[in-house]
Amino acid sequence: MSLVFAAACSHAPGITGRAQRADAKLRETFYAKLGELRVRLEAQRPDALIVVAAEHFANFFMNNMPAYCVGMADSYEGPIEDEQWLAIARRTVPGNADLSRRVIGALLNDIDVAYAEEWKFDHGIMVPLHFMTPRYDLPVIPVNVNCQGPPLTPLARAYEFGRALRRACDAQPERIALIGTGGISHWPATPDSGVINEAWDREFLARFLANDRAALTSYTDEETLRDAGQGGFEIRTFLAVAGATEGERGELLFYAPIPIFAVGCTVATMAVR
Amino acid sequence: MSLYYVQKLLYQLNRDPLVRKRFETSRDELLAEYALTGEERAAIVDGDIGLLYVMGVNGQILMHYSALIGQQWDEYIASMRAGVEKHGPVRAGLYSMLKDRSR
Repeated sequence: MSLVFAAACSHAPGITGRAQRADAKLRETFYAKLGELRVRLEAQRPDALIVVAAEHFANFFMNNMPAYCVGMADSYEGPIEDEQWLAIARRTVPGNADLSRRVIGALLNDIDVAYAEEWKFDHGIMVPLHFMTPRYDLPVIPVNVNCQGPPLTPLARAYEFGRALRRACDAQPERIALIGTGGISHWPATPDSGVINEAWDREFLARFLANDRAALTSYTDEETLRDAGQGGFEIRTFLAVAGATEGERGELLFYAPIPIFAVGCTVATMAVR
Repeated sequence: MSLYYVQKLLYQLNRDPLVRKRFETSRDELLAEYALTGEERAAIVDGDIGLLYVMGVNGQILMHYSALIGQQWDEYIASMRAGVEKHGPVRAGLYSMLKDRSR
C-alpha cells in the first residue's frame, strides 16, 4: 500500500518515569492527546510502525556511529534503562525483518543507511510505544538518526532522508505508519534539565506544521545549541517526518512545557495523501 | 584524558548485563581493558556522577548510568551541580559548549 499515517511526539523519560511529579491536569491532558494520536493511528489500520528516533547510546557509540540506521529484526528488546526508573516494564517488541529488508533496500537508492539486526530500545522509542501500541501488538521498525554524537547529519539531509523513506514506504504493499520522536528545545540530562525555550519551540512548530522546508532546514547547529540546547539537535526526527510528507500540512494536538518532563511536550500529526 | 574510553565503558555497563557482571566480579580485569587515567578510574569506581559530568561524559550516557547505580532523579541533578561547584565547568565534549544557564 504505502505510508498511511505520519506524526511526531515527545519521548522524554520523565513522561513516564516522573509522571506523578507533573501538574496532574496538564499531565492528563497530555496523556489524553497521546491517546487521541493512538486512536488516529489505529484508524489507519497500519501493518507496521516506523519510529524515527534519536537514541541515547543504547546501541550506537562513537566507535562506529551511523548517521542513519534502520532495524532489521523480527523482534527487539526494551527498555535498556532501569524499569522502575522509566516506569515501563522490559519486554520483547515485535518487528518485521522482511519488511525492514525491503524498506532498507529501497532507501539505499537514495541514502546510505546502515542496518542493524540487533537493537535494544531506550526511552526514545519505548515511551512513544507505551502510548501508541500499549499492547505491543504492532510490528515496529526502529530508525535512528544520530542526534547525540557530533558530527551530525545536516538538516537538509534529514529532510531528504524523510523523502527517501516516503518513497521506500510507498513501494511496499503494507500499510505503514510513521512517527518521529524527539526534542524540541531542551537541555536533558544536564543541571539545566527542565529549561525549555517555549518561544523557540513555537517558532519551530510553526515551520514544521507548515512543512516549510526552507525554514526548517535553515537552523545552524550553533544556533540550535545556543537557543534549544543539545536536545534541540533532535529536531532531525521532525524533519524526517516533514520530508516524508512534503507538501502537506500538520495539525498540533498538544504543546506545553512540562519542566519535570524536561521538554516542551508535543503531539502533532502530519497529513498523508 | 581519555573521555572516549570513560564513555565507552559506561555505555557498555548501561546496556550489557555481562559487562555489569564483570564490573562486580572481575573489576580490575575489566577496567584494564580501557585506557583510563587514575582520576577517571576512581570516578567510575566511586560512581562520582558529578566528576564524570565535569569530565564531559555525555549526559545521555550519564543519566542512564545514574539510574543504573540507583540514583533518584533529584539526586542525579544535584550530583551534577555539586560536581560543577567542586571541579569547575565541564572540561570537554559537547556539553562543554553549552552556556551555563544557572548563573
